Amino acid sequence: MTALANDQPAIRAPRLSSAERRRDLRIINRGDVVYRVALLALALVLPLLLVTIVGGLVVGAWPAIKQFHVGFLIKSTWDPVAGQFGALPLIFGTLYSSLVAMVLAVPLALGAAIFLTEFAPRWMRAPVGTLIELLAGVPSVIYGLWGLFVLVPLLRDVIWPVIKPAVHWLPFFSGPFYGPSVLAGGTILAIMMLPYVAAVSREVLRAVPPAQREAALALGATRWEAVRTVVLPYGRAGIFGAVVLGLGRALGETMAVTMLIGNRHEISLSLVQPGYTIAAAIANEFAEAVSGLHLSALVYCGLVLFVISVLVNAVARWLIWRVARGSAAGSAAI
Amino acid sequence: MASPTTRRIVGAAMTGATYSAAALAIIPLVAILGMLIVKGAGSLDWNFFLKSAVPVGEAGGGFANAIVGTLLIVGVAAAIGVPIGVGAGIYLAEFGGGTVGWLVRFVADTLNGIPSIIIGVFAWTLVVRPTGRFSALAGSFALACILVPIVARTTEEMVRLVPNSLREAALALGYPRWRTSLTVVARTARAGIVTGCLVAVSRVAGETAPLLFTALGSQFFSTNLLHPVAALPLQVYVYAVGPYEEWHRQAWAGALVLIILVLLLGIIARLATRSRHERA
Amino acid sequence: MRRILPVALAAVAAATAASSLAAQANIRITGAGATFPYPIYSKWVLEYTSVHPNIQINYASIGSGGGIRQFSDRTVDFGATDGPMTDSAIAALGGNVLHIPTVLGAVVPIYNIPGVTQQLRFTPDVLAGIFLGQITSWNDSRIAAANPGVSLPNQDLVVVHRSDGSGTSYIFTDYLAKVSADWLRRVGRGTAVNWPVGLGGQGNPGVASTVSRTPGAVGYVELIYATQTHLAYGLVRNRAGNFVQASLASTTAAAAAAMQSIAEDTDFRISITDPEGADAYPIASFTWLLIPKRMTNQVTARHLVDFVWWATHDAQRYAQALDYAALPPRVVSLVEASLKSVTLNGSPVLPTNDGGRGARRP
Repeated sequence: MTALANDQPAIRAPRLSSAERRRDLRIINRGDVVYRVALLALALVLPLLLVTIVGGLVVGAWPAIKQFHVGFLIKSTWDPVAGQFGALPLIFGTLYSSLVAMVLAVPLALGAAIFLTEFAPRWMRAPVGTLIELLAGVPSVIYGLWGLFVLVPLLRDVIWPVIKPAVHWLPFFSGPFYGPSVLAGGTILAIMMLPYVAAVSREVLRAVPPAQREAALALGATRWEAVRTVVLPYGRAGIFGAVVLGLGRALGETMAVTMLIGNRHEISLSLVQPGYTIAAAIANEFAEAVSGLHLSALVYCGLVLFVISVLVNAVARWLIWRVARGSAAGSAAI
Repeated sequence: MASPTTRRIVGAAMTGATYSAAALAIIPLVAILGMLIVKGAGSLDWNFFLKSAVPVGEAGGGFANAIVGTLLIVGVAAAIGVPIGVGAGIYLAEFGGGTVGWLVRFVADTLNGIPSIIIGVFAWTLVVRPTGRFSALAGSFALACILVPIVARTTEEMVRLVPNSLREAALALGYPRWRTSLTVVARTARAGIVTGCLVAVSRVAGETAPLLFTALGSQFFSTNLLHPVAALPLQVYVYAVGPYEEWHRQAWAGALVLIILVLLLGIIARLATRSRHERA
Repeated sequence: MRRILPVALAAVAAATAASSLAAQANIRITGAGATFPYPIYSKWVLEYTSVHPNIQINYASIGSGGGIRQFSDRTVDFGATDGPMTDSAIAALGGNVLHIPTVLGAVVPIYNIPGVTQQLRFTPDVLAGIFLGQITSWNDSRIAAANPGVSLPNQDLVVVHRSDGSGTSYIFTDYLAKVSADWLRRVGRGTAVNWPVGLGGQGNPGVASTVSRTPGAVGYVELIYATQTHLAYGLVRNRAGNFVQASLASTTAAAAAAMQSIAEDTDFRISITDPEGADAYPIASFTWLLIPKRMTNQVTARHLVDFVWWATHDAQRYAQALDYAALPPRVVSLVEASLKSVTLNGSPVLPTNDGGRGARRP
């Protein structure tokens, strides 16, 4: 406080005795303390829940972990009769189907996001954006239903005969196409991850300062060039994060995948062969794994999936945070 | 540097490409909704809404038990999850600056990323196994686990949006912090909090995987929490992968009802919040 | 909106509480297991509930593996399986389980070959070869040899098996293990095996549904699933060398040979695949209900035993319409003895001086 012009001392509050002061503070603080503690208790339910989930998974997986150690992750035989369990086909299928989904979804999602932030007429932005986001609300089982009755016959009876002569020689398309396949599973995953990638990318692109865009345009760039040279590089980390977030969703998808992927414990590069994912295997086999070891092996798979999803999601959020700086829209979109 | 004409052409082509991308992105939604309406609307008769499942070969079955079951499970899940989630969210917004706040936020985001099938396994281990029975309550527990982190985060965002000036005004008027938080801040954010809950509820209403080995499904009409119960997405799944035409017909109808329920909740929520955040 | 939501929630909660209390008046029995007998079990539940309206029996058709698991975990009151529990599984329960046969069913090979409308014939070698992945095309010479006069297309063969733990799989692999040394060595028998080839379908419905959707597919399901879904199914050659169609008669004939040698103290875990008999269908089996031998809940004990008694006596007449064979009389009398050995807290559930008044007992 600056010194006053005249020499009069600054006016102070009346002196309270320490007892009076403590009494005043106590009356106000009690309610605050109770409130804060109550809310804290509710908030601490979350870490408690996470710890219990991890603990439950580890405990459930323990017999399988003890039996198979890390070899579980690189062996391929899944034989409940002989008690041999190897999760490699499941891990491979989970990652491979998600990869297919990314390849299909990312260009479309990014294109849609750029459309919404750069090229769409203003009146179109809200409706189209809402429509894309609505895709995120469609339950997995409905995607599976549609995939089963529409997508699979479409792929098998319409698209495959057309592209078969051209691609059959590639290892990615070898073998007969029954319908249920990694391709069908990957395609439905692509449709499911598209709205997440698009919505978050859109927020990321929106967070790019208009000044950057305008500077490029002022220098004579076309709109596309401005996007390509300025907006995309600026939002690159966030877009990457959006993709990784979509990937995190795809890894854990269960119902649509198990209805479309063929449910076969096998590793194959061919997209038209059936495959399996961890989530689908758990859904199919959990309720009836007769032997304790089978059950434990499934929980072990669940633990692996848990670890992968957590890591992927953490990476995604960090990347998005770097650009969108945790803004309300950025995380509400997630 | 390419010629101006080339650049213009490329620009136009890319504009077209992004238009196509957006169109392609919307096509599945239109296709799915269209399919559901075409195949499902015809089966939405009174029987569908009033009768429960019957054995194959008998006529007149419906999804009444599944619809009521979903309402029951989701209702109880919301009753459990919303208070915890809202409480956690308010804590994060009001007192969440420190390490504890950071931890809870991190945990909430982690929980949001866990596949729902894993939550189902967890609920089986924690509720079904010890109690020795499948139950609607186990299903609700699983859904509540999914609900809580979503509600916590959206509540936090909504409460954060309340301007600080409102808080300060209340404090200046002599309100203790707790009263400020509860009666001024939370009340202001109430609409946003409710819509956040609606979004979360619409999300869990469509979940199937967590119910596979908790609520189990049932052919009976039941509102008893301690017994297995049918649920709409679960019944749709069972009927869809079955071989009977009759089941397929009902699965489409059930899926239509489910998606109407889910999308309606989602649209209401989005419309309510969008008007707050629409940027120029 | 803001006011409606809490009121609506409160209303739902109140309604739930009220109906929960009301529903306590109902006795509920939960069971889970095989999809093989699901059509007849759901019929039985419907009929039983119409006679006893205060008893609700909820049967979840999740596969035999699931039935055994849930029964062992005591998360259901009874289980159902067509793959009998192993000795070690029974020992793990301290012997506290009874296998009660309910009906006989048949597993048929189903196929979906565009253009082929005749009923195909399958020899044991052909079936083993298909499911081992050695026969990969429909016009393979081995299939053609068994089907003279049928023009088989050059179509890829798509094997469909069960992705879940299945008693139907047990019956089928049990049969293959008996007729093919190769199969026995490479795969073996079980409710969930390491299938050499093929797509997985969930439950009998899943396999039927996958086969009907996939041209060139071949799978195995319980007979009723083939007839209800209008899927083509084949004849199978039996030990006597005859190609037999699965039917009531041939299924009953399959059990007949086993009846000759059935022991008084049998635990009913009898396999009747690949039997003797000119008209016997080679892939037939009993299906069992799993009930605890030593029960502890009075209400459940009375009603569960009553239901099982009714199922093995009065309800047998519903089996025929659904293409399941009724239990042979000899088996029924042995079942009676078995049910009489069920105890509730030490004392028998059924009065020892009466038998056969099942459905009319309170």
